[in-house]
Order: sequence, then C-alpha cells, then structure tokens
Amino acid sequence: MFHWASASMKRRMPWLASLLVCGFLVLAFLLVDSRSASALPIPAGKVYAIPAFARKYGMPCSACHEAWPKLNNFGQLFKDNGYQMGNDRDAPIFQQPAYWPVSFRMTPHWHRVSVDRADIFNPATDSTTEGRLTTHGFDLSGMDILTAGTLAKNISFLLVPAAESDAVFGFEAANVRFSNLLKSSWLNIKVGKFELDNMISEKRIMTLSDFGGYQVYHFQPATEFSSDGSFTPFYTFGMGDNQIGAELSGHSKNDYTRYSAALLSSNDGSVGVPNGHGYDTYLTLSQAFEAGSLGLQRVGAFAYIGRAPTYLATSSLLADGFGQKSFYRAGFFGFWYLKKLDFMTMYTRGADNVFLGTGTPSFSPLPAGAQGPIWNAGFIETHLTVNPQFILVNRYELIRMSRQALPVTPGVFEPGVSVPSSDFGDIDALVFGYRYYPFMSSRVGFAIHNEFSTVRQRGGTWLLPGGSGKDLTNNSLFIGFDFIF
Amino acid sequence: MRANKSMQWMFLAAALLALPSLAIAQQGEVHVGKVTGHSGAGKQLYYRFCWGCHGFRGDGNGENGPYLNILPRNFVAATFKCRSTPTGTLPTDEDLYNSLGRGFNNSNMPGWISLTKQQRADMVAFIKTFSPRWKSDKPGDPIAVPTEPALSLQSIQHGKELFTKLECWKCHGPEGRGDGPSASTLTDSNEQPIRPYNFAEGSRFKCGATNHDLYKIFMTGLDGTPMPSFADVIKPEDAWDLVHYLRTLQVTHKSPELTLWMSTKEGAEFVKAQKVGGTPTGSGIKQ
Repeated sequence: MFHWASASMKRRMPWLASLLVCGFLVLAFLLVDSRSASALPIPAGKVYAIPAFARKYGMPCSACHEAWPKLNNFGQLFKDNGYQMGNDRDAPIFQQPAYWPVSFRMTPHWHRVSVDRADIFNPATDSTTEGRLTTHGFDLSGMDILTAGTLAKNISFLLVPAAESDAVFGFEAANVRFSNLLKSSWLNIKVGKFELDNMISEKRIMTLSDFGGYQVYHFQPATEFSSDGSFTPFYTFGMGDNQIGAELSGHSKNDYTRYSAALLSSNDGSVGVPNGHGYDTYLTLSQAFEAGSLGLQRVGAFAYIGRAPTYLATSSLLADGFGQKSFYRAGFFGFWYLKKLDFMTMYTRGADNVFLGTGTPSFSPLPAGAQGPIWNAGFIETHLTVNPQFILVNRYELIRMSRQALPVTPGVFEPGVSVPSSDFGDIDALVFGYRYYPFMSSRVGFAIHNEFSTVRQRGGTWLLPGGSGKDLTNNSLFIGFDFIF
Repeated sequence: MRANKSMQWMFLAAALLALPSLAIAQQGEVHVGKVTGHSGAGKQLYYRFCWGCHGFRGDGNGENGPYLNILPRNFVAATFKCRSTPTGTLPTDEDLYNSLGRGFNNSNMPGWISLTKQQRADMVAFIKTFSPRWKSDKPGDPIAVPTEPALSLQSIQHGKELFTKLECWKCHGPEGRGDGPSASTLTDSNEQPIRPYNFAEGSRFKCGATNHDLYKIFMTGLDGTPMPSFADVIKPEDAWDLVHYLRTLQVTHKSPELTLWMSTKEGAEFVKAQKVGGTPTGSGIKQ
C-alpha cells in the first residue's frame, strides 16, 4: 500500500510558489560545478569525510554501485563474501587504528505532494468536501547510520540505526554473518535483522519521492483492513521490510549463482516477538549469465511463505498471536542489460488465507461468500546509465486483484461484507527521474536527485470515511540533495 | 553510366575512410581466447572501477595511491609482476586478463572475477593504451612449463638444498616466514619497502595458487620487485623440486607436499615448530 498523505496538508496552493522554488533549485543545480570526474580528480589528502567501505578499500562508489545505492555484480559479490575483497586485507587489523566503519546518509529536499479526492474538512464552514489537497515545502528524509565491516576474517556485521525524519530511532538492520564456512562460499550464515536476500532491493531503491516506493513489496488487499471501519491493517507484512531471523546463503566464486534460505519470525521485522511463536520461510535462487558485450544478465525466483495470527492474546508481560493463517508471495525477477541501458523486471503472485483476507479472527465465522484474496503484480524499472555520474530512472508498476476476498456488489463497499468491483484496490504507479553525481570520489557520495511519481488506486476513495468510490490518484515531485559521508 | 561512376567514387571514398578506422580498431583490440576486448569499452570500465587507485592517466597516482602500502601499478611504465613471459618482457594479453580476474593477494587489488569475460578483456585493451611500450615492444614468448614430475621425498629434500644454495632464505627467511636478513632492506621499483612472501601464513601467491603458478613465479621473476628470475640459474626439473619444497613451508595450507613432508621426523618437527597460536588476520592456526 502506498503511504497516505499526512493530515497536515494544506489547501491547494498556487502553482506559482511551486514553480518559483523549482526554478530556484534548477538554477542551483546548474550552478553546481559539474565538471566531469575525469577532468576534476579530488586532490588526495584534502577530503576528510569518508564512507565506510570506500575509505577502507580506497575505491570509488562506482566500483561497487551501478549508481549508488544500486549494487553492481562486483558490489554484490563483496557483500556476499561478508564484506570482504578476499585479498587478505579485510580483517580490521589491517586498517589504521583510527578507522571507524561508519557512514551517514540523509537527503534534504524540496517536495510537492498532491493527493486527489481527499475529504477536506473546512473549519470555517464546518463542512467536508471531496477534492484535491496539495502541499509543498522543504523537508528532510530520515537518516541512516550505516556501520558495517569485518570483526575478523569471515565474521562480519551490519548495524543500521536509522531515524525517521522526526528523529524517532529504530534498528533498521542488525546482524552478524559467518562467511565461507568449511572454506566454501556456498555456506554462509547470518543471524539478526536483515533485508531479504536476492531480489530487487528496496533498501537500494533509486527513487525517493513520496509515492516512488515499490508498491508490490507492501501491498495488502483493501479488505484486510478491520471490519470495524477503523481501516487499520489486520496484519502487516512487507517483503521490502527487513525481517528478523537466520539465513543460510551461498554463491559461486563469481557470484553468478546465488541462493538463500531464511527462517524468520512472523512479525515483519518488529522487535519484542509481538506475534510470538510463528515462523516464516523465504527461499530464493538466481543465476547470472554473460551475453557478450551486452553485459551480465540475471534471472531468479523467490518465494515467501508466511503465517500471521488472526487474533492476539495479551497479558501485562507478554502478547502472543493465535489462530495463525498462511500467506505467500512468490515470483520471478530479472536484470537485463543492453550495455548502458538496463531493465529490472519483477513478477509477483500474492495470496492470503481467507481469514487474513477478510480480517476475520479464526474463531469467528467467515463473511458469506468470502475467499482468500489473490493478486498479481509486476514492474519494469529502466535505467539508462549515461556514465557513472548520471543515471536516468523510470519504473511502471501494476497490481491487479485476481480474486477479491469478499463478494462483488457493484458500487457498494461495505467493510467485511462486499467490495464494489472486481478491480477494487488495483494499483498503477509510474515514477521517473534522474540522479546526477557532480563528482566521484572514494571518500564521499553526493547526488542531485530529481523525480516525479504518481500512483492510482482503483476505488481508493472507498477507504476514506465518506468516500465517493472514485479512484485515488496521488503524485509527488521531489528535488533532493542525497549525501553520504 | 554517370550514376555508376558516382557509385564507384563513393565506394572508393568509403573504403579510404574505413581503412584508418579499421587500423585504429585493431590497435585497441586484444584477444583472450574467443573474446575480443575493445579499448573503447574498457575506457568506460576503467573510469568506473580503476581510477581511484591507478589514476586517471594510469600512472598509479589515483587519489588513494598515497594511502596504499603497496602502490598501485603504474601502467605507463608497463612493468608487470605476473607474467608467463621472460623477465623484462611485456606480458601476454592473457597474463593481464588472468591478473585482473585473480587480483593480488596482500595488496589492495581485488579479483574482478565478478565482471564478465568481455568486460575484463575490454579493460585489458584499455590498460594497454597507457604505455607507448605496447607499440614499440611485443610481448615475450611464454615460457615452457614442463609436466610436473611425481612428488617424492627426494624431490622435497633436493628442493630444500636448492632453497639454501640459491639463497632464497636471505629474503624469505630460513623457515619461509619472509623474515630473512635482507628482508628489511628490500624495495620495489617505486622505491617503496616491500616484504618478501611469508609462506607460513599464506595459501595464495601473488600470481596464483597452483604449483604451476609457483613454477612460473621463479622462472619469470616478479618484475618491479626484488624477486628475480631463476630461469638461467636452475634446470626445469630442479625448479619443480623447489616448488615441492616451498609447498611444505605453507604450514597452514594442506597440500600433498606438506602431508608427505610431515610423514618424516624432520618434516613433522619442522611443521610443529612453525605452528603458532594464531594470525592477525583471524585465520588462526590450530595447535
């Protein structure tokens, strides 16, 4: 599901202000010293802020990243080796005593967010009307503190304390990894909180705007919201969310063949075992192959088989989930390179048990005609990497309900009883933009990021109190300065 | 008639224009097996992956150069350590290709095996554009590596004698720990201190991991380092004996040579004395 616009949005603002700010930022971009890397090497010894791995190995960002944060195969192999190059210079003992494996990333930005057909309350007239809300202004992203490296040969760690833009901290990732067990790259074990392996990474997403995220990774049918009209999700799961558990993974020497199998707590990465005693499984396999001068192509498949409770038993000390029902997300993905042009494609099929799909506790009777919801989703993301300093990004994504959890009664949405149409909740999303790295160095990363995103959900306004049932269309314009040091 | 003549002129002009471009294309090409590398494509890869250490001009003066304790290779000088060709000669395209994929142990140069064969060949083609030596000189003829003779205790014992006789110990130390009496005085072609290979801790050599690679190392030498070529000093069969003995100095790396050597009293005592309580890399040596 996409993010809903915040309630603090103001009435529609004049376009003039947006245009003025846009113009100012475009001017700022033009004034940025944009000489190419080959003409402007950064003088050695003049730079002090250092991203952790670039500092450790003295490589430019472009060595491991197609365009950061997106990894290339060399960077993926480095990650899969437990953050090791394998040249006997990986252990901390080889670093200067002052070396500290920490990087910070944040993105100050200006954005314009527009939400269609929202219910707007006007205190002056004490009335609510349906219309479009638009707001814009300067803002901050969340902040990631990225610490990662080796504790000893073949033992590595990743710790990412991350703050939301309002400075609420959490542990985005925290894990320890034992690599090359039995001296084999096919045996590696990771324990802790981590991103699911071997798929198009949401943590390395190339789009940053309000509606520019991967919809497919967080979609749950609209009928899974509580039937009491509160519209809070009955259970939450996102394949893009970092999960807590243990992972067995392996790869060939050149990383062309990769696999992983993970056992995860059924709590969508939340700490404190809030749902208790449930475990999910994630399996994935991919194979890369060379296609001459076109580049390295990769195809893969994945399956997440999970369980979620349908009701909770709570005490003052502990909560536990009961009445667990199953769900799955499975599909294929591919990386297709045509020299500088590449495509990332993904197809996912999702299905939830009927109790999850209708938000019904397992001890309660199901609504009449209820079925487990099924949907198909996919996207194609295109990158044109003009050079390591400039990349154009485009993505089109769609989600189509294949089977609704509740019977279709045309034009009527009654939570827990019926849905208004067979395409209720379908999503179309489009995002395009560019990232420009004015300079390249092995010390810091800086990108000027400009992007537009739009997303439409069929019948989305049914989910708003008093909604008319029309489609919900939101969009966002984003201009940011993404830096990491 | 007039149209035919115009066509002839156009073909002639096209051919004249194509000739120099063909020559340029061939100049920037390398051939590794069935793969043809192109310097144009290699240039893009170089400015993605390599410039941080090797520099924009390929002279080893990248922004990280000053921080590395083995300086990055200077492609302008075109002196390469790992070759199949005699000392002082240029390496073959395949030598450079293999070095790229393998990386260099105990240096900051990683293996680029995760790049495609085409990409590695392209990079080799571009690396060769930095030095005029590639235009004036031809790569040497690869040395012949005879078939490895059967392993025997006599072979190891003879290798041990050669290790002393050829004064390998002066740099590598009597136990192969890289701590010979000359070790602290050694410098490379960049006038930087360089440490001889420590057999006791390493499993991979600078230019490979197999007996075949080890044979080539001391028959071709590592140009740009104090490690000379022994091609004019020892016979091929003696070189194989030396290979077998050097393998026994790798006490943390299982090998047929070590197993055979440890079956003797002398060998067992030597290996036991070499095994200490761990290494800074965390690899650990079991007691």
